[in-house]
Amino acid sequence: MPVIEIPKEKWSGAVREITLGATAADGGTRAKTVTIGGETAMPFLHFEGQMPHSPVIAVEIQDRPPADWPPVLLEAWGEATDDVVAWAKAAENSGADVLLLTFALHPDLNAAYARQTLRRVLEATGLPLIVFGPGQADIDNEILVAVAEEGEGERLLLGLCEDKNYRTIVAAALAHSHLVNARTAMDVNLAKQLNILINDMGLPMERIVMDPTTGALGYGMEYGYSVMERLRLAALQGDSMTQLPMLVTPGEEAWRTKEARAGEGVPAAWGDWTERAVNWETLTASTLIESGADVVVLRHPESVKRIRAMITALMNAN
Amino acid sequence: MALTGIQIYKLLPASSKNPDVKKHGNCKDCGFPTCLAFAMKLAQKQAELAQCPYVEEESKGQLEASAAPPIRLITLSANGQSFKVGNETVMFRHEKTFFNPAGLFVRVKDTQADAADIAKTVADYVVDYVGMDLSLDGVAVEAAGGDFAATVAAVAGASSLPLILLTEDPALAEAGLKAAGDITPLLWAATNENWQAMAALAKQYKAPLAVRVPDGSLDDLAALAEQAKGAGVEDIVLDPGITDYGCSLAVYTQLRRLALKKNERKVGYPILAFAGDDPVLAGQHIAKYAGFVILDSFSPGTVYPLLVMRANIFTDPQKPIQVQPGLYEINNPKPTDPLMVTTNFSITYFAVANEVESSGLPGWLLVADAEGMSVLTAWAAGKFDAERIAKSVNNNGLAEKLGHKRLIIPGHVAVLMGELEEELPGWDIGVGPREAVDLPNYLKMQWG
Repeated sequence: MPVIEIPKEKWSGAVREITLGATAADGGTRAKTVTIGGETAMPFLHFEGQMPHSPVIAVEIQDRPPADWPPVLLEAWGEATDDVVAWAKAAENSGADVLLLTFALHPDLNAAYARQTLRRVLEATGLPLIVFGPGQADIDNEILVAVAEEGEGERLLLGLCEDKNYRTIVAAALAHSHLVNARTAMDVNLAKQLNILINDMGLPMERIVMDPTTGALGYGMEYGYSVMERLRLAALQGDSMTQLPMLVTPGEEAWRTKEARAGEGVPAAWGDWTERAVNWETLTASTLIESGADVVVLRHPESVKRIRAMITALMNAN
Repeated sequence: MALTGIQIYKLLPASSKNPDVKKHGNCKDCGFPTCLAFAMKLAQKQAELAQCPYVEEESKGQLEASAAPPIRLITLSANGQSFKVGNETVMFRHEKTFFNPAGLFVRVKDTQADAADIAKTVADYVVDYVGMDLSLDGVAVEAAGGDFAATVAAVAGASSLPLILLTEDPALAEAGLKAAGDITPLLWAATNENWQAMAALAKQYKAPLAVRVPDGSLDDLAALAEQAKGAGVEDIVLDPGITDYGCSLAVYTQLRRLALKKNERKVGYPILAFAGDDPVLAGQHIAKYAGFVILDSFSPGTVYPLLVMRANIFTDPQKPIQVQPGLYEINNPKPTDPLMVTTNFSITYFAVANEVESSGLPGWLLVADAEGMSVLTAWAAGKFDAERIAKSVNNNGLAEKLGHKRLIIPGHVAVLMGELEEELPGWDIGVGPREAVDLPNYLKMQWG
């Protein structure tokens, strides 16, 4: 009987390990920390390499009830969205590994408000936190600097840290022992370049998470998918500037699409709204996890459940 | 794996040890000056082996084998519909592209009274995605203790789609093959116990045959495929017998690598995978190397995202998806609502359409034919200039359709403003923001 020899790839490189959050022992107040990265093979190929840490699910909460989330999504959280403390607890109960706190753009948003909100969320949950500003460079700078000071020692992951505002955010992360989420457009070289710029400011690679951006299913997901596969292959081949864990936001992207937002006036072939919308988010997330995502940020609790089941099955395989 | 020119040369008459063949070496009958020159052309696929009348049988076999695709192309035909899978050449889509999209089949059982109705629903299902009609590929009929032949006949009658017959009982398989009429189904499955009988049926009915092992053993799977091949079956499909997330990812990856990187012919066939009722698992099978994915049920809210996901993964990275040029309505606009223009590169279109859509503001989006390039690229290449934009405005009859003559152009092509005012007399050209994300604010400020 001929014996088939299993072909195995031998990679020289590995993804760096990065720890989010800090417990009291390390100067923070988190109940636990979460470590990501460390892969020495493509995702879940346990027969030829290590994947020491499971991909992580971050659940997004916002400081205000979101004005632009469709009812299918808001109803899943019920009254919890009315108050960030209740929402943080509900998100933790939904099975999140970490929470993403996003500050929405509104007139009350200022440094003092951001500090106070962060403090309330830190007290409401023991999970490590990611904090994003509203996505406008000048406001993000103001908010995230205040957040970095207030959360001193918590090893927060701060974002979005982009080419136009990375200096301020990296300086804040350096001063207060945090991490940054380096967001670039979907492009291998842009991602590498931003990592280099941030690292040049003195922030160790162990405190940078790469965010190569994604499109939602049907809206450019395949670009993100292939960019992530290329980044991860480069990391395994030994390119040190790509050896960082990756974070993507399939929840935000999927819930921007018409398929997730529109319940009426759509073709009958689109099927049931909730079923379609949750599939939109889970398929975007699961496909990106298969291509190397270490952190996926989700919005719907049912998506959290399904992605958790998928990750558990993939990590437990021999 | 493809042979090099030198390897091919060693199989041609000039290198032969047989004097009767050797005497034809460098005879030029093929149209090339020497056997070596011919070999080089063969390696570059610029010549056909048939051009040499003297090549020995044994060499011919080796040369033909080397030219065969590493994953065999399997075709399932039905009345007017056919489905092709296989012929893949890369592990990662960015290395070239994935060629033949994994087939999505819906399973029905012969114990289900509505099997034919489901088949018809599956066959009739079509959904539009950026101007492409996406649809399912076929129906898998399972022998589960009902009247298999009657169910196959009813399903075949209700749909024109390719079929898969799910039974390990050769007698039922034959009844199913007969009942399928003009359709030649894929037969699932030949196992260690029944392979002789199933292979004989596959050969007799010229049907592709899936070989199945119960436990993911690649040795057993390769041996079974070899036995089927030895019995005269050429169109073979592999079912390694495992479908859970982790093991299927590992085993399907190994099979693909064996075929592509090790040129392992014994497993150079498409893979068949069952996804149950789990769309996430089906998605993994689509991205990671299955050729046939069988779903346990049909539901538009699940099938639509899966079809889009498949379209995305199997898009050629060199040829980005284009949107149909034309006028798109966003949030039910009235004739007085703003008109914007952008290119037909799908990502550009989606970026703009999504921002306007989620802002809740109504608007008209004119998509100009820029040959699938983004705004700046198309502008630099002369595919998104004043002339093309004006043509697009006129062809879509916007002067009649809208209650105003005001066009917003992307901020990146602000330089086109003057030329456009010349091309479109009477029109007011507004320069919008550079990035789509700033559109909602711009619209509120400039139009509100």
